[in-house]
Amino acid sequence: MSDDTKTLDVWVAGTEEPELTPTDEGAQEIAIDESGRRLDEQFGRVVEDDYVFDDEAEEDERMILNMGPQHPSTHGVLRLQIELEGEIIRRTKPIIGYLHTGMEKTGEQLNFSQGGTNVTRMDYLAPFHNELAYSLAVERLLGIDVPPRAAAIRVLLSELNRCSSHLVALATNGMDIGAISMMMYGFREREQILAFFEKTTGLRMNHNFIRPGGVAADLPPGWKDDVAAIIEEFPRRLDQYDDLLENNPIWVARTKGVGVLSAEEATGYGITGPTLRSTGVDWDIRKAFPYSGIEQYEFEVPLGEHGDVYDRYRIRVEEIKQSLSIVEQVMDTIPKGDFRVDDRKVTPPPRARIDESMEALIHHFKLFTEGYKVPAGETYVAVESPRGELGCYLVSDGGANPYRMHTRAPSFANLQALPIAMADSLMADTVATIASLDPVMGDVDR
Amino acid sequence: MTDDTGAVETEEAVEVPKRSLPNNEVLKGLFEPFEDVSWGDSLGQDVARVPNERWLDFATAAKGAGFEVCVDVTVVDWMRSRPDRFEVVANLLSMQHRLRLRMSTTAPRLEPTVASLVPVWPGANFAEREAYDMFGIVFEGHPDLTRILMPDEWEGHPLRKDFGVGAVPVQFKESHKVS
Repeated sequence: MSDDTKTLDVWVAGTEEPELTPTDEGAQEIAIDESGRRLDEQFGRVVEDDYVFDDEAEEDERMILNMGPQHPSTHGVLRLQIELEGEIIRRTKPIIGYLHTGMEKTGEQLNFSQGGTNVTRMDYLAPFHNELAYSLAVERLLGIDVPPRAAAIRVLLSELNRCSSHLVALATNGMDIGAISMMMYGFREREQILAFFEKTTGLRMNHNFIRPGGVAADLPPGWKDDVAAIIEEFPRRLDQYDDLLENNPIWVARTKGVGVLSAEEATGYGITGPTLRSTGVDWDIRKAFPYSGIEQYEFEVPLGEHGDVYDRYRIRVEEIKQSLSIVEQVMDTIPKGDFRVDDRKVTPPPRARIDESMEALIHHFKLFTEGYKVPAGETYVAVESPRGELGCYLVSDGGANPYRMHTRAPSFANLQALPIAMADSLMADTVATIASLDPVMGDVDR
Repeated sequence: MTDDTGAVETEEAVEVPKRSLPNNEVLKGLFEPFEDVSWGDSLGQDVARVPNERWLDFATAAKGAGFEVCVDVTVVDWMRSRPDRFEVVANLLSMQHRLRLRMSTTAPRLEPTVASLVPVWPGANFAEREAYDMFGIVFEGHPDLTRILMPDEWEGHPLRKDFGVGAVPVQFKESHKVS
């Protein structure tokens, strides 16, 4: 019996196992190729992006397929125009803008203290990173430094947020390829982090907790127990994911060698984050341009080798582990002190002071009606969001509102990799590639 | 360009003591050949103010100097507060030197045009389409300069300062129009 033949006898569990007889059914085509390469390709063991381009194919042999804007696997309202030649994708054009809500225009209408509520709704899976980039930009224009405790709280929350965001990426990536149970597990563990966020900030998402000048409130009593529970629970869960995905031959076959990007393509197209690191480029803004005191903590930057879907998945799993390690270090070393800067022109007075001090009442009133004025200037601040470089370009003309607030969205730039990663690959790999880039359409369209 | 060279040289002869250069060796090497590009420090960040017609030349030189990523291209609309209404800003990143550089140029009120950076960094594609969509800046040499976020039939460019914020009538039912 050769390896190329298939057995098709039906056997019912519990009965005696029949002796298997080989048939030729289903083996007609794959048995012809003796090199075994075609077989490998059909089984997904080897997927190369260099399918021979058929020059003689007529225009009408190609089909334009519109995927989306509401395909369940496209992670929001993403629409793809795909030019197909049989099963093979020749060209792709992402069409975006279905979720555009004019947040940059809105940002010009809100004053600096209100701006946090706006930016936190951009990348709704990583709201803390949006708030952090915005707050750092406002603080640089104001020329203030936040107290060490506020910086530590920011690191704690943003790294936990990285875990929760990567869990969604793993969950949806699993579901897109067919590992539906991964969806349940990923969201279950994410819920544990979101419960902690809710306890801390009052909201599961869109927190507006990291504000210019510090954070909105101190961590709640008993926060260490919650975080310790997360740190204790997660390594076990991550091992379960490995059992579910890593040891699953279907998962490995459908991700390895799929959606390949080279390092040159990734840098040329401005790709950042796990997608860039999967190509082997050692680039993490937390290491290169540290912010919010993150240089005090020890962590590694996991790198990929092949730039395929599998490497991106691996990097996300490893980054969760590194983020948990940072969270643990923050928990051990968090300094005591104030959680927001002691500057009356930026931070509102404590509630108790309003009852006894006229000046406190005036400051409170002015801060929440007029806002504070920020010196004229322009700055660009970038943080490493779970999806890549999230930058905030802020221009102030000396007023209480930003003159221009632009967000450099990582998903927006990473989407440019999609036509390259998908070119000359199989139609069935589309969703795997999209999911591995982990685009959040709120971040793309803003 | 050649017509201007004489003028630039005479100007430069006066301005030589004034022209400041960055301390960083990489940036210094990049700025030195460009006499009409001025260097500035904006809250600790390096900014290059590039004349409109030198935009692509300077970008090419910047890529040669090691800025392998164009992170972002965006626009600021200064309305009447500056002689040239639009300021086009590109954020560059050099991974090998761990450097950032912001280069900016100006575009006039009528027919604002800037050379496209896509031939240098293909990653500027989406960002320039967004800038065109939101501000109406025409990037010459862009392979596909179409609207990216707004609908194709949209009139006007929403992030311009003279584009008002207002309600768009939403039609929920044919008989009942809410504005």
